[in-house]
Amino acid sequence: MPSALIDLTPFHGPKEPAKIKHQGGMMQYEAPQTTQAAVALLAKAKGNAYVLAGGSDLLVRMKGGYIEPDLVVDIKRIKAMCQVKKTASGWTIGAAVSCAELGETKALIRDWPGVVEAANLIGSKQVQGRCTIVGNMCNAGPAADSVPAMVAAGAMAQIAGPKGKRSIPVELVAIGPGKTSLKKGELVEAIVLPKRPARSGDAYLRFIPRSEMDIAVVSCGVSLSLDAKGMVKDARVSLGAVAPTVLLVPDAARAIIGTSLDEAALEKLGRACSAACRPIDDKRGTIEFRTKVAAVLGKRAAKIAFGRAGGK
Amino acid sequence: MSVKVSTTINGDQIDFICEPDETLLDALRNRVGLTGAKEGCGTGDCGACSITIDGRLVCSCLALGVEAEGREIETVEGMADGDKLHPLQRKFIEHAALQCGICTPGFLIAARALLSRNPDPDEEEIRFGLAGNLCRCTGYDKIVRAVQDAAREMRGA
Repeated sequence: MPSALIDLTPFHGPKEPAKIKHQGGMMQYEAPQTTQAAVALLAKAKGNAYVLAGGSDLLVRMKGGYIEPDLVVDIKRIKAMCQVKKTASGWTIGAAVSCAELGETKALIRDWPGVVEAANLIGSKQVQGRCTIVGNMCNAGPAADSVPAMVAAGAMAQIAGPKGKRSIPVELVAIGPGKTSLKKGELVEAIVLPKRPARSGDAYLRFIPRSEMDIAVVSCGVSLSLDAKGMVKDARVSLGAVAPTVLLVPDAARAIIGTSLDEAALEKLGRACSAACRPIDDKRGTIEFRTKVAAVLGKRAAKIAFGRAGGK
Repeated sequence: MSVKVSTTINGDQIDFICEPDETLLDALRNRVGLTGAKEGCGTGDCGACSITIDGRLVCSCLALGVEAEGREIETVEGMADGDKLHPLQRKFIEHAALQCGICTPGFLIAARALLSRNPDPDEEEIRFGLAGNLCRCTGYDKIVRAVQDAAREMRGA
């Protein structure tokens, strides 16, 4: 993501991220054709190794002098990582699939409009031509746009590593600003979105002071399913930019489950969203503002998701 | 250690040598001699370095030169057909949609990418489609009008 869009600083102790220096000489670039080869390269790397998908965060950090990679592993030559596929159990989105491509995948938009609209809010058309939702997640910015939408969707991150494969919920990937739970040699191969039951909908909203190309001051993802009577059967609510990592807010989901999203339920959801916030004051928003807006966005996103699910 | 890269640029097979951490923008400008793409910010914010890779609009400052291996690159130098300007280029001149010209190659490439996916965009779609390109001279109105006019001509309307 371009410099103006990377904003990890508010949640860092020191104002500048620590500089990670070369351990060897020149940077080595590798473009393996299989996941296994990528894992092997990352596992045996001496010094600082980074995965390159779209590069819209990595190159900015390299050029800003924040990192000096010893090894960059480009995953765009790995065929499986360049594919977005509908499967029996949902959708599998390869780690190298650009957000622009997601925006052109109509069947995905039908199933997960909120996830795609979040992915298509990242940066400009140029950035969307390269950036990926896996990169957005692994950059671990608290305000990453696609992450709250994925968390609300119940998305799983499929991880490959030296000890084999594992799958974890997206909300467990980032553990702090710029930090992930991935171990040495591990990389995320794909995001898996679950199969959509009938009468389901999702939505993502963010507050920014401009009309586009900005970082979320607060953001919210809601995904829900309705029963045959039009009552909310299942729901997940997530918030971005109000804590060091994106939050799943189970109390907000509980507030609307079993309701027809009436005013009282929406008010309760809003209160739960505000209560979950642990924001900071910074140049983009105050604690008070973020806490209040979280409730507003929560209610609005829930209404959109409800409407998309066919709720009345 | 330098790396040899074989790629296609504006339809021509091109080989160049670059460092593994060199951007595609620097490789195009300093190795291949195609100086149409400009460096404005170098961080993907201004769009002056816009090109397409395999038909996809990107900032060449946010790609590595080595990534171009086997890809199809298009830059502003490939837009005109010999002496015959692309309709977008002609309309930019007719509508005075440029002053200093630094942003223009990026706008042309981005506008062509927009029109290839949406031949009849309304003003809002043009403004959103070109939001990744910054211009400090024109105030954008003339650029929008040039793109609308070119789109009209390209549609044969």
